Amino acid sequence: MSSWLDYTINGLIVGNVYALVAVGLALIFGVSRLINFAQGSIYLVGAYIGWVAVVQLHTPLPLTIILVAVVAALVGLIIERFGLRPLQNSVRIAPLLATIGISFVLDQLVMLTFSPNPRALPSQLPDVRFQIGGGTIGPLDLLIAGVGITSALLLFVFLRYTKLGWAVRAASQDRDAAMQMGVDVNRVNQTVFGIAAALGGVSGLLVGMYYNQIDTAMSLQATLKGVVAEVVGGAGNVPGAVVGSLLLGLVESYGIAVFGTSYRNLFAFLLLVVVLVLRPNGLFASARQAPPEPLTGTFIAPSRPVRIPRWAFAVAVALFAILPLLPVSFYVLQTLINAWLLGMLALSLTLVAGTIGQVSLGHAALLAIGAYTSALLSLTLNLPVGLAIIAGGLMSAALGTILISPSFRLRGHYVSIATLAIGEIVSLVILNWESVTRGPIGISGIPPLSLFGYDLVDPKAVYWFSFVVMVVLALLQVRLLGSHLGRSFRAIRDDDIAARAYGLSLNRYKSLAFIFGGFAAGVSGGIAAHLYSYINHETFNTQQSILALTVVILGGLGNVVGALLGAVALVGLPEVFRIAAEYRILIYGIVLLLLVRFRPQGLLGTI
Amino acid sequence: MGEAYASLLSLRGLTRRFGGLTAVDGIDLDLAKGGLVSIIGPNGAGKTTLFNLVTGLDRPDAGTVSFEGRDVTGLSPERLAAQGIARTFQLGRVFGNLSVMDNVLIGAHTRLRAVKPAVPVIGPLLELGLALLRPSAVRAEEERLREEVKAILARFGERLLPRIDQPAYSLSYANRRRVEIARALALKPRLLLLDEPTAGMNPSETAEMQGLVAELKAEGLTILLIEHKLEMVMRLSDRVIVMDEGKKIAEGPGEQVRGDPKVIEAYLGHGLSGTAEQESAA
Repeated sequence: MSSWLDYTINGLIVGNVYALVAVGLALIFGVSRLINFAQGSIYLVGAYIGWVAVVQLHTPLPLTIILVAVVAALVGLIIERFGLRPLQNSVRIAPLLATIGISFVLDQLVMLTFSPNPRALPSQLPDVRFQIGGGTIGPLDLLIAGVGITSALLLFVFLRYTKLGWAVRAASQDRDAAMQMGVDVNRVNQTVFGIAAALGGVSGLLVGMYYNQIDTAMSLQATLKGVVAEVVGGAGNVPGAVVGSLLLGLVESYGIAVFGTSYRNLFAFLLLVVVLVLRPNGLFASARQAPPEPLTGTFIAPSRPVRIPRWAFAVAVALFAILPLLPVSFYVLQTLINAWLLGMLALSLTLVAGTIGQVSLGHAALLAIGAYTSALLSLTLNLPVGLAIIAGGLMSAALGTILISPSFRLRGHYVSIATLAIGEIVSLVILNWESVTRGPIGISGIPPLSLFGYDLVDPKAVYWFSFVVMVVLALLQVRLLGSHLGRSFRAIRDDDIAARAYGLSLNRYKSLAFIFGGFAAGVSGGIAAHLYSYINHETFNTQQSILALTVVILGGLGNVVGALLGAVALVGLPEVFRIAAEYRILIYGIVLLLLVRFRPQGLLGTI
Repeated sequence: MGEAYASLLSLRGLTRRFGGLTAVDGIDLDLAKGGLVSIIGPNGAGKTTLFNLVTGLDRPDAGTVSFEGRDVTGLSPERLAAQGIARTFQLGRVFGNLSVMDNVLIGAHTRLRAVKPAVPVIGPLLELGLALLRPSAVRAEEERLREEVKAILARFGERLLPRIDQPAYSLSYANRRRVEIARALALKPRLLLLDEPTAGMNPSETAEMQGLVAELKAEGLTILLIEHKLEMVMRLSDRVIVMDEGKKIAEGPGEQVRGDPKVIEAYLGHGLSGTAEQESAA
């Protein structure tokens, strides 16, 4: 029994840490109806500031905490002022994309400054354990509990008894009414971002000390966990976020007790998906709340797409088709093969995120499903590679659609969270389902691409193969967009309530979009598997999802030609300018931010 | 189809509560085939919530909705649309990035047959296949609907036809309302619910809209109308229902309702203090 007490204590302590992140998310959501995907990055910044303070400046613990809180708050203020305030009057997708971009920029800056290698963050506290009942508790546990409870009390007093606190609460209840009564909404936003960032930063510091290790992968995990806790508690509900966090901590801790550590995140994400499906307003809200306000604004920026004449498209295709016959280097072909693979993924994402408005952040999971299916079928059943790739596409279409279907009743930000979580679930299942996926070892010796019995090992052959597949998929998609389905998808994106009132079933059409898009992504993953000859659970990661999203925004949401142009630009330009690999993701993040701010409709316009 | 039912639409004791507020409170309503009933009342009286309950966007806490004699309470908006109920929205919900043509074609979605075979389970996959292959039957259906959309748009004179390929976001407010009505007509509705069709229109545009609604009524369409412009209500309605704070406070022919002291009180009691207030859709 004693170990159960230990697991309970551990769950509550971890829950306390999540609460520091989740409360910030809840405050921000309350005031600006925005899920701040950069919250985890602030947590990461907090952990590294803490490392600098403890290891290099040797500050005492109280000063370390204050220093971290202040620096993190400053980062929060900068994000609010320069990242989000300029987007106040833009379409709803803009701030969502901006926080994703900011998160990537911050993570990369930390990684470039401190290197991606893990570092030890000593806790500065004596290493003793006190016996209580059947379990033990250490000073660090008490510190975390103390910081959690103190912040909750301070926040309560602030929101309840100060004028600015009232303004925050007023703005979160009714922003327009608060503005009319003279509340300075910008100041409220600043306050909320400052507080959220300070809490997030301190949380990062405490977690770093708790595990005595920090690394740059902490960021995404923290965002995910904070969002899970916040959504479980009910978005925008501050006390709910605290309860949701403790619940999440306990669920994880007991899950580890029963099934082992490698399943930890699986429980968190399953909890999220279950709550999103059964109680999208959180555990504490009535399941039958008032129907959402009519959304008169559009989700994506209205624009007139740039018309590309057919002949221009045909000429471009012809030029790329004869390119291998010209004296070009192996390196150029290799780069373009990558661009074609990314182009297929972008075709898939531009349909799902652009045409039907489901901004998926877990799209790399579709690559992984296609890649594993194709690799395993060709290895274990000796299926010809061409057929295996098609089977990979079909599997991605079917499995991807089934997995994503719980998110069909969600909107906007929630879709992004759910797809992010579902993507993580896929990668965790791949990691843990060793009998099928070979777990962390990955799959090696995948046969090379081949067609009708001929191996395609010559780069020219691989180039033509991937190019032709991509062009065929693009033409199919153009044909789809020109049918009644294209019109139905776009109607659902622009106004799902009006679409339902005219007989469009959201489940049916979102399924069809994911089936079609899932196939393209699965084919891309399948080709990649045979090209790389080795894949594991990390081959297709969130970075690829974000890269694909940047490509899609760059080209113009829903725009087929734009997706291909974006893929060539984002894969090709860094090569042309010889930008070192470690700076590329930083540049993608900055490109995303600049696009959202200055050209939200992308290069070729939204369709 | 037998005509056994007494009225096309009938509501019995329809009630919807939001927390402590009863937005719709025990409403009874009967609408005969070919009739036009108007619902009036001050802002916040619950008129739009009533529309939401009838069209399935919201579910009642109590009471029933019957359409053509069948109980349709709590059915999804998709199913109700397929049964021939079309509506417009108070705040004008067009599909901003779709052209006028595409907006109105969405109205005809429930009538697609060739491209949406009624096969269970694999129906959606067949729909995807047919959309990509587009055999001649599918193309012919699309062509026919496009011609029909042009005919519907022609009812609005030169307001919409010259803008048929423009995205809806670029239209004027009044034209968006017209697109909404055109979209509703493309469904070939058996019941049309119009939520303030003349909101934001000037007197001559209002007169034009009034003429159109009168035409639709003359063609035998059954209409439920929410409208603030009393002159239009008086001219068009067979019967007027007055709502206040969720309840029906008066019902009858326009002239009779107009003189009802309860109605005058409801309007003066709320109308003067809260004119700027947006009617809450929730």
